[in-house]
Amino acid sequence: MAKIIVVTSGKGGVGKTTTSAAIGTGLALRGFKTVVIDFDVGLRNLDLIMGCERRVVYDFVNVINKEANLNQALIKDKRTPGLYILPASQTRDKDALTMEGVQTVLDNLAKDFEYIICDSPAGIEQGAQMALYFADEAIVVTNPEVSSVRDSDRILGILQSKSLKAEQGGTVKEHLLLTRYNPERVAAAEMLSVADVEDILAVPLLGVIPESDAVLKASNQGAPVILDHESEAGQAYLDAVSRLLGEEVEHRFLEVQKKGFLKRLLGGKK
Amino acid sequence: MSIFNYFLKKEKKSTASVAKERLQIIVAHERNKRHQPDYFPKMQQEIIAVIRKYVNIDDDQVSVQLDNNDDCSVLELNITLPDRSAD
Ligand SMILES: Nc1ncnc2c1ncn2[C@@H]1O[C@H](COP(=O)(O)OP(=O)(O)OP(=O)(O)O)[C@@H](O)[C@H]1O
Ligand SMILES: [Mg+2]
Repeated sequence: MAKIIVVTSGKGGVGKTTTSAAIGTGLALRGFKTVVIDFDVGLRNLDLIMGCERRVVYDFVNVINKEANLNQALIKDKRTPGLYILPASQTRDKDALTMEGVQTVLDNLAKDFEYIICDSPAGIEQGAQMALYFADEAIVVTNPEVSSVRDSDRILGILQSKSLKAEQGGTVKEHLLLTRYNPERVAAAEMLSVADVEDILAVPLLGVIPESDAVLKASNQGAPVILDHESEAGQAYLDAVSRLLGEEVEHRFLEVQKKGFLKRLLGGKK
Repeated sequence: MSIFNYFLKKEKKSTASVAKERLQIIVAHERNKRHQPDYFPKMQQEIIAVIRKYVNIDDDQVSVQLDNNDDCSVLELNITLPDRSAD
């Protein structure tokens, strides 16, 4: 049975697509056949982050409208075996996704894949609700910032009332992923700490991804940051994947790293 | 940062703790609304309609809130009556 995991946040621009690409790649690296679906109709960019934008021929909406079959639309990742991408459509019609259509596609993917990662659009309206409706688990991506935490709480409310699981009397398993974390600013009491956010949201912590230059570099190149083993963000995503698979891994990169004299002199970067 | 600034800063609350306090209040408020029973919005409308039979009020002059505590729920009704001189 495939596991459906939605990556969601409410607030826009907090790192959902970065996370979907990283976690999807990470699961495939661990040997699970994985597909990442871009639910952001009209604003697709998962293909850019994954570096397969030039190979998009058909998309999610084409499959729903039966203009193409699933195998024609799925893009096989060139770097990571067992990883596939289902791109979003560029159509401006926001109602292009229908609940029945999404269900049919997910049912078909579930026959073939072990993990289905749904990259949600921003917001708490229809598009985001569609992306989370069929989920078994949810990764709630949050930045240590007031509006992001508030929106995460809202999306948690929707997961608990408007998902299929909730309607059937069950629960979607929730994970908190704190991203763009800056230990220096937390130490200066200028940024909410991990403990603060955990306190408010009361959701088990899947991981903390530090603010890192490696994320922009990765997106420039179209290679998910988890493949950059040198970077703290890449390592933090690897840890998060292990935790998603039930392993106990200690959290890293939460404290200010003391830079050595030479590194300070040369202006060491993360 | 001058020494003077340093001491000034100590007196103020850190911005992170202000953020946390604000969040705790917003989130508690929103969660409360979420856990309202299904009949609540309709009941709220009807309460307002009854009051309107006697006093001319706007929707936003009435706040009806349900607070869930551990062992009981409190229905809180707050009505701001219009200025008497306006009659
Ligand atoms: N850990 C990080 N460190 C630094 N920059 C980051 C980090 N995570 C994400 N970003 C940057 O934040 C921006 C938004 O990221 P991303 O596109 O993944 O967010 P999103 O939640 O998918 O946005 P949208 O709501 O528009 O779909 C990007 O420019 C990305 O490079
Ligand atoms: Mg996105």
